[in-house]
Order: sequence, then C-alpha cells, then structure tokens
Amino acid sequence: MENVTLKINGISVTVPKGSTILDAARAAGIRIPTLCFLKEINEIGACRVCVVELGNGRIVTACVYPAEDGMEVLTNTPRVLDYRKKTIQLLLSNHNRSCLSCVRSGKCELQTLSHELGVDDEGYYDGVRTESEIDNSAPHLYRDNSKCILCRRCVAACEATQGISVIGANHRGFATTIGSAFEMDLDDTACINCGQCIAVCPTGALSEKDDTAKVWDALADKNKYVCVQTAPAVRAALGEEFGMPMGTDVEGKMAAALRRLGFNAVFDTDFGADLTIVEEANELLERVKNGGTLPMITSCSPGWVRFCETYFPQLIPNLSSCKSPQTMQGAIIKSYYLNKVNERRKAAGEEEIKLEDIVVVSVMPCTAKKFEITRPDECGAGVSDVDVVITTRELARMIKRAGLDFVNLPNEGFDDPCGESTGAGVIFGATGGVMEAALRTAVEWITGETPGSLEFHDVRGTAGIKEASYSVGGLDVSVAVASGLSNARKLMEMIASGEKKYTFVEVMACPGGCVNGGGQPQVTGEVRNTTEIAKVRAGALYSNDAAKTLRQSHKNPSIIKLYDEFLGEKGGHKAHELLHTSYEARKINRTM
Amino acid sequence: MYRSHVLICGGTGCTSSGSQKVRAALIDEIRKQGLEDEVNVVETGCHGLCEQGPVMVVYPDSTFYAQVKPEDVPEIVTEHLLKGRPVTRLVYNEAVTDEGKVLSLNDTDFYKKQVRVALRNCGVIDPENIEEYIGTGGYQALGKVLTEMTPDQVIQEVLDSGLRGRGGGGFPTGLKWKLCAPNKADQKFVCCNADEGDPGAFMDRSVLEGDPHSVLEAMAIAGYAIGANQGYIYVRAEYPIAVKRLEIAIKQAHEYGLLGEDIFGTGFNFDIGLRLGAGAFVCGEETALMRSIEGKRGEPRPRPPFPAVKGLFDKPTILNNVETYANIPEIINRGAAWFASMGVGKSKGTKVFALGGTITNTGLVEIPMGTPLRTIIEDIGGGCPNGKKFKAVQTGGPSGGCIPASYIDIPVDYDHLAEIGCIIGSGGMIVMDEDNCMVDIAKFFLEFTVDESCGKCTACRIGTRRMLEILEKITSGNGTMEDLDKLEQLAYYVKNNSLCGLGQTAPNPVISTLKFFRDEYIAHIVDKKCPAHVCKSLLQYTIDPAKCKGCTACARQCPASAISGKVKEPHVIDQSKCIKCGACMATCKFGAISRQ
Repeated sequence: MENVTLKINGISVTVPKGSTILDAARAAGIRIPTLCFLKEINEIGACRVCVVELGNGRIVTACVYPAEDGMEVLTNTPRVLDYRKKTIQLLLSNHNRSCLSCVRSGKCELQTLSHELGVDDEGYYDGVRTESEIDNSAPHLYRDNSKCILCRRCVAACEATQGISVIGANHRGFATTIGSAFEMDLDDTACINCGQCIAVCPTGALSEKDDTAKVWDALADKNKYVCVQTAPAVRAALGEEFGMPMGTDVEGKMAAALRRLGFNAVFDTDFGADLTIVEEANELLERVKNGGTLPMITSCSPGWVRFCETYFPQLIPNLSSCKSPQTMQGAIIKSYYLNKVNERRKAAGEEEIKLEDIVVVSVMPCTAKKFEITRPDECGAGVSDVDVVITTRELARMIKRAGLDFVNLPNEGFDDPCGESTGAGVIFGATGGVMEAALRTAVEWITGETPGSLEFHDVRGTAGIKEASYSVGGLDVSVAVASGLSNARKLMEMIASGEKKYTFVEVMACPGGCVNGGGQPQVTGEVRNTTEIAKVRAGALYSNDAAKTLRQSHKNPSIIKLYDEFLGEKGGHKAHELLHTSYEARKINRTM
Repeated sequence: MYRSHVLICGGTGCTSSGSQKVRAALIDEIRKQGLEDEVNVVETGCHGLCEQGPVMVVYPDSTFYAQVKPEDVPEIVTEHLLKGRPVTRLVYNEAVTDEGKVLSLNDTDFYKKQVRVALRNCGVIDPENIEEYIGTGGYQALGKVLTEMTPDQVIQEVLDSGLRGRGGGGFPTGLKWKLCAPNKADQKFVCCNADEGDPGAFMDRSVLEGDPHSVLEAMAIAGYAIGANQGYIYVRAEYPIAVKRLEIAIKQAHEYGLLGEDIFGTGFNFDIGLRLGAGAFVCGEETALMRSIEGKRGEPRPRPPFPAVKGLFDKPTILNNVETYANIPEIINRGAAWFASMGVGKSKGTKVFALGGTITNTGLVEIPMGTPLRTIIEDIGGGCPNGKKFKAVQTGGPSGGCIPASYIDIPVDYDHLAEIGCIIGSGGMIVMDEDNCMVDIAKFFLEFTVDESCGKCTACRIGTRRMLEILEKITSGNGTMEDLDKLEQLAYYVKNNSLCGLGQTAPNPVISTLKFFRDEYIAHIVDKKCPAHVCKSLLQYTIDPAKCKGCTACARQCPASAISGKVKEPHVIDQSKCIKCGACMATCKFGAISRQ
C-alpha cells in the first residue's frame, strides 16, 4: 500500500495514503479533539472543533482533510487553540446552559470540551437563541433541541447506521433544527425506537424518556410486589456508568444493587432468553418439518420487528411468533411465578398478591423495549406482561440516587425460579448470540446428540452480515445474521427477492447487537472512533457463557421445571397463550 | 428579405417595464400599416441598458429607442419605419447629439467602450430561434472540436486562452477541465452553475435569456473534452424566462441533432438536463449545488475530494458558470490567442458586470479585463446621479469587498482587486455615493449571508449571526470599542473556520469596510453619529425656531404625531415619538428642519 509521510508538530509520521490528518495525528500519538466526527458515518467537517493549521497557514478540519506527503501540520498553535475555543463559545451562545440539571451533566462532550479548551466566559457571544420545541411524542425518546449543537450525529446514526432517515435538518442558517420532515412528531414517522440517535448524541439534546419515577413509585407502594429482570447486555455495560472499564461483567453487583433498591424479586432475563430459545427452536423445527414459511426470522429485537412491519410487511409471516425474552418472562412472572408465590403465602397464612399488584420492571439496553410493552398482543396473563422498561442508563441513575457504592457492592445471585439461566441465554446480548443459542439446542434436537462444540464461531463477531451453513443430521441448515438495520435491509432485500435462501435468520436492530443498544451508557465520539464498543462489551458476555457449566437453553433446570409444572408441551396451547404474539403491517408515514 | 429589423428586448428588466405590451403594439401597428412584409420584429435578450427599458433598436441604422410606451408605437412606425425619420424625442437621450443628430447604438458612451464576447448575441438574435444562433456562427465551434480536434487539444485551447471562472472563484477553466479529464469512471458529468444569487447581479440571467445556445454548445464541448455525455444546468426557479428559453433551446438542439446521440455523425453523445433550484444562495457553492441536483438538501461538503474526482453522484464532474461557458465557443472559433489578447496579466478576455446602486446607467456592461474602475463608473456608468459624490463600489456581492473612491483608477481584474482585499466575484458592482453609510452597507450584506447560511458549520451558522448582532448594536448607537474588537476577531474567525466559500467570504464586507472606513464605525460608536445620516437610531430631526414660520405643514405630515406647536409659532419635535422618516424635512418650505 502507498504511504505518505508528513510532519505533525514537528514529529514525522508515515501513514497509508487515504488517511486523514486526524488518523495521522493519532498514529503520532497526538490527540486532536473532535465533536461532530463519527468515523464512517458522520465525516462532515461541520463543527470545526478539530481545526489544525497547515504549514501555509491554512486552517483545515483534521477529521476529513487527507494527509499528504510532505505536509506540515500544527495542532496546538495559539491561533488553533483560539479558534477551537471560539467555536465552543459560539456553540455555547446558542445552547441551553442548564448544565446543573441536565441529564447529561458530567458526561456531556460539549461540557468536557469547554473545560479542555479553557472557555472562561460561556456567555461571551450570547445573543438570540434558535427557537425550538420539545418532542416527546414517541414512547422512548425526549428531544430538547435547545441543547442541540447540530453536530448531526443523530442524523447520521439514523441514516447511515440504521437506514431509516426519519430525522434531518429543518430550516436553514441560524434557524436550523433537527427534526422530522415537515416537523412531524417523531411518533408519526417510521421511527423504530432503536435509540441509536440517543447513543451518539454528545449533549443532553437527546435522552431516553425517563421512566424511573414509575419505578420509584412502585417501590414505595406497600401494596405492590415489584419484580425486576435484567437483559443480558446490561451487565456488560452498567459498570461504565461507575467508571469501570468497558467490557467489565457486573452481573453480581447489579443483582446486589437491585436488591438494595428494594425490588421484591430480582430476576434475570437470561432465563427468558432460554425460554425463548426453547420455544423458538421448537417453532423452527415445526416449520422445517411441516413446510412452514422459511427462513424463520428472529423477533427478539423490537426495533427490528417494527422495521420489518414497516418496510418489509411481506416478510411478516417469516417472523417467529415468539415474544421477546422480556415479555415472555413478564408473562411467566405474572402467571407461573405469581401462582408459586401465592401458594407459599397461602401456606404461611399471608395475604395473596393480586394480579394487578404485581409489577414487572425490565432493565434493558434498549429503548425500543419501551415501545414493545405498548404493543397490543403483549399481555399473556391478561395484564401487560411488563409494566415499566428502564434502560441501563436509567438504572445507573437510580443506583446513584439511592447512594449505593456500586463498585464496592458484593456479588450476589438472582432469585429463583426466574433467575436461573444458561450460557446460551447470556450471549443473546451480542449479534449472532440468538443464532448460536438456537443452534446449540436445535442441533441437539435434530440429531439427538449434544454438538461436539457448543461454540459456533461463524456467527460471532461484529460484521454487519454473517452467513453460515451446517449439515445437521442430513439436513442442510443455512443461516444468516444481520445487525444494524442498514445491513438488515440489504439482507431482507436479498431474501424478499429470492436471491438468497436461508433456514433461519437472526436480526438485531443495533449494530453489534444489544450490547451496543440505544439504552446503553453513552460513549464519547472519540472513544467510538477508536474502540469497537460492541466487540469489547460482547467479550464480557462470551466469557460469562464460557464459564458456565450449562450452556444450552433446554438444559436449564428451571425451564424444564416450568414446562413440567405449568406450560406442558413446547409450543403447546398454554405456551402459545403466554409466549407468542402477533404482528401488523405498518405504514411508513402514519399521518399520510 | 426585410428592409428593416426592429429588435425589442425581451429580457427580465424590459419585460417587467412593459416590453411585451410594446411588442404587441408594434406588431399590431406594423400589420395595420401593411408593413409586415417589410419590417421584421425580433424579440431578443438583454441589451444591457436596463435602466432605460423597454428598449428597442431599429436596424439597419441601429437607432436606440428607450423607455418606449405602447402609445409611442404608432409614431415610431409611421415616422421611422415608413418614412425613415427617427423619432428623436423617443431615442435614448445619450444617443442624440446636441445638434440633434441620432447616434448609432455603438457610438453612445454606454456602449462604445464595451467589448461584447459573452454577450455577443444578447440583444442581437432571437434566443428562441436556433437558426438565428446558427446564423451568427453558432454550433460551428462544436462541429470544429468534434471533427478536427482531440479532447486534449480542446483543453489546451481553453488553457491557452487564459479563461478563468467567471462565477467568482477565478479558477483557470482549462485547468479545471484538465484535472477532470484523466479521471476514469463509468459516468462523468458537465454541470452549469446558473444559480446566480448575488443581490443586484444578473449577468448569467441575461446570457441565458439572450443566448441560451452558447451555453449548451459550450457544455457539449466541455463534455467532449473531459469525456462526459451528460450535462446538467442548475438554474434558479426565479428565472422563469431563462428556464423557458433553455427548455426551448434544448428541444431545438435535439431536433437539429446538436444534442443527443451521434452529434455531427461523430459518434459523440451528449445530453443536457435542467434542474431548478429553489433559491438557496448556498446552492451556488459547487458541492451544495451537486447535492441539490441529487435531490438532497443543498449543503456543502468539505473538499477534497474535489468534484473533478468525486462530484455529482460521486462521479468526476466539472462545474462552470454560465458566463464562463458563453466564452467557450468564441475561444474555439477565434482562437485562444485572440481571447488572450484582451485583458491584462493573468486576467484574460472580458468580464460582464451588473452595474447597480447609485449610478446613472444601471445595467449590464462587458469590458476587457483590466479596464480602470473610473471608465466603468464615470464613462460607461455615467457617474452617480444628482451630482452626488462617488464613495465606493461593492464588488463580488455579499462575498466581496468595497473599493473606496481613492482607488478609482485601479484596473478591474482578478489580481489587482485581490491586492486590496476585493474580488471580481460573479460581476455585481453596487455603486455607493456620499449618502450611503458603510456600516449599514456591511450590515446589509451580512443580513443576506446570515439569512442564506445553510446552517451546517458552526462558524458560519452562529458566527455570522453574532457578527450581525454586533453590527446592529453599533448602528443602533449602543456599540462599544470592545464590540469593534469582538467584531473584527469574529470576522477573521468566520473567514478562516467556515466550511465553504459562503462562510469563508461572508465577513468580507465587514473586513473591507473596517479597512477603508473604520472612522465611520468609530463615529457610530464614540460620537453616536452616522456620518451619512442613514442609521435611524442615530439621527435626530430638529426644527430651527428662528426659521420656523409655524405653518403646521410638518405637523400635518408627521405620521407619528411627533410634532406639536401653535399656528404661526415655532414647532418642536418630540424625539421620543419621532420615527425618523424624514417626512417633515421634505415638507418644510423654509428649510427650518435639519437632520443630524
């Protein structure tokens, strides 16, 4: 490969041709601050924070300007530092500086840059402010454009990562705001609630709709019996909110924290994931056996499900009818578990818990889960399967507010019976994880033998689309895995056109899977540009799985017991009533 | 054969002053008098002297009639077209000598120093008739390049001519083509920037209205030179006449086999599509223009990569503006040496300017590069009207700067203007006299760019807005010397940090007025006075009791009821009510009211 050699602050550095000044500086160990820049998806040079000075005195943006042979670059001249500071001051002059009460305070990239660049007067350029309105129309998101700095990272996430493009710039010049076309409410668009826009927002302009008050209220209500469940991916990222390194598995501390917050029962959605695999693998085998619609496509990711309903309604018959792990688990808590508790209470002469008094709270890496629980066919026990969904970020906020010293909490386990899980349930949080978990069970059911290796490496990793074929007991099984909806769209187009034929397909809406979900701790642009977040966090899940003795969902003793004592047949009548759902075709634009 | 041709202007200026009614009356009258076989009426493009519209020229004697009304038509037909006696009363007054002799159009002050290359056919041919274009040598250049020249030879010819971009950047056109030509791709594009947006500039509009085929021909030549077979013209929707004439021209060129497949039987294919812009100024910036053609929000993107490598739909693309293209056929026909013989230094050929503001002859002029500013302002433009003193001229519109009166002998070309921080830009020249406040002028241009900023980069979006706020503070009398420092620092910040040319040049009016008229800023700040009496907040109208006769005329005129006083007693103005409209001063017969 052709190389170029340039000098940055006098340091000679050689980088491949095509590298930017920012890449070259990084190679030379020189940091240049960035704000709007997100590698590959938002290379627009708009915010001007990364300006550097060339040998000829020109000011250029390091993020997009190509490194050239013989170039001289200065990154820290008084002029450059003055310009960067002015850029931040200008942004602050049109920014709602209610930093003390801002949801993003302390983790805001604008705040950090303001400190770093020595902003001594945040109101120096104060003048009129751009008019804006709050959009809280959708169930998962709160947009406060008075804090928006127009970096367009959200627009890029929606357009480039997800291929949805329901937000963009409206108006022009100083009046520019980010919103939906014709300033429709977000909820009236084809938004699929994935929250990737929130994940990349550098300020407090975008946040999840905060549902913690509902949880605090339930916990404070003596008549309520409050159960909590935590999705696999939460344990792989929650620690980041408390300064722990990315990729730390905090399962035990998380369980301890939840117990100390006052939840009556602390369950693990990994159990629900195991249950999902049993039902889903069973459904797959039924479809294969009975000539049902193939490929069967997973339905755990509510963002993906809504995307499919909106953009590929012709593939709705391909979606597995299985609910997602959280609502399956909610339905089981409100039926099987409630019965068990009440039997115990009855025996002890205590008052029974009424169905309307049991509250299920889900802690999810996902904002679309807030939408999922509002879907019509998600109330297996006659009431809503799950009452409140909070994201990983909201849980961290609750732990902080309760004054818990998270880092120093002991490791505790989950409660029975909906707390026991296998390694297959844990890896649900990473792209390819559902596929691998399903294969671990399906292969055994088809061949009657436990697979030689339980690890299916072909479907692991953060590639956007992965494919694999297996010969299982004389049956050719071809599978595909997509994460990030731009990738899912490509895959679905190939499936819909008949170009590709698969047996089973896994889709997760967020790139890299739930570990990189829209409800996970926000990561700065600079870290995003240099770290494979999904890969690092998924590492925690795969280690967790590898350390377990039970790594196949159908071998989870609590699941076996659940079928024996309560559900009966896999895919049977009761299972259908509680654990399966239905879908509806949706219009791209709800108001037109 | 007709014995006389009447060329009536159908450009936007004359159309809006009523040339269509005059034309209808003319055709009607000629028919009435039975002259339709002898006199031909041709609707042409712009003649340039828009101030005097509707204009028409009677050939063969080239008598120039100005401000013609439909009721004047019978007299012109009877006297001039029938009896051969020009109606002196209706002839453009500069074309009638003191002795009453009628001069030919080209002997008038306005025209005699002009050299019309880009405008060669404007006002001469019927732009809606391709045969008239062909009759003046049109499409010969295309024939020549396709049958006699290699693409490299075409590029070399354009390079040798020294032609530089007429849209504002001044980049050598031949070099632009040369950089794009070797880039291999399955598709390349030739684009034409007809998104003329500077306030007061209408050079490109006039070329499109008066000579659309010259642009089509040039684009086909460019396509041959760089290896593209598709062109797009991005034209403002606010130019309906230009759009209509382009549509007609493209259709006719197709019918004549001059666009489309296998042009001149050479196997060369070239087609042109029109794309209408919705009026955003930023879409004149090349990358924004291309995004807009693609159907996206018209926003610029950082360069490199340059369009020659990655342009429209990510394919190698060249973009030139209308006037640049209009020169190309003539360069091919008459040779690079001919073109390069005009102009000075690195500025070759001619340039079209739109003269506006406080100048007697508002209109369009084309002059050789390097013509002294004095020639343009005084000889061609006729100086400032009403004997006012020339103060400055703003060149390059909101992206340019002002040239103060002290530089009136500067040769107008790319390099001389650049030396004093000005640009030729696309060719707008807004003349200002002693009654113009330079701070107010800077504010005017900045208001324009603030409004037209796309909002993508921080520097332009917020920086220009804050600059404008400081200017508003200064012109309202609330500015401080610290504000002036803040303004100047912001100006250089915005210039150096903006993403595209719009933002990078937006501070120029401020920077150049600060350079040449800093004293006016200081007068606003320190003395709280606007020396040109323009900034209303700093004005005060007062009545001199010694001169006031108490006639009450001013009190009756005042729309704000700010003037009180008894009949035959001196009146007074309540400053808290005064809106500074000046109606009182205009009314007073005794010179008792003064403005300070």
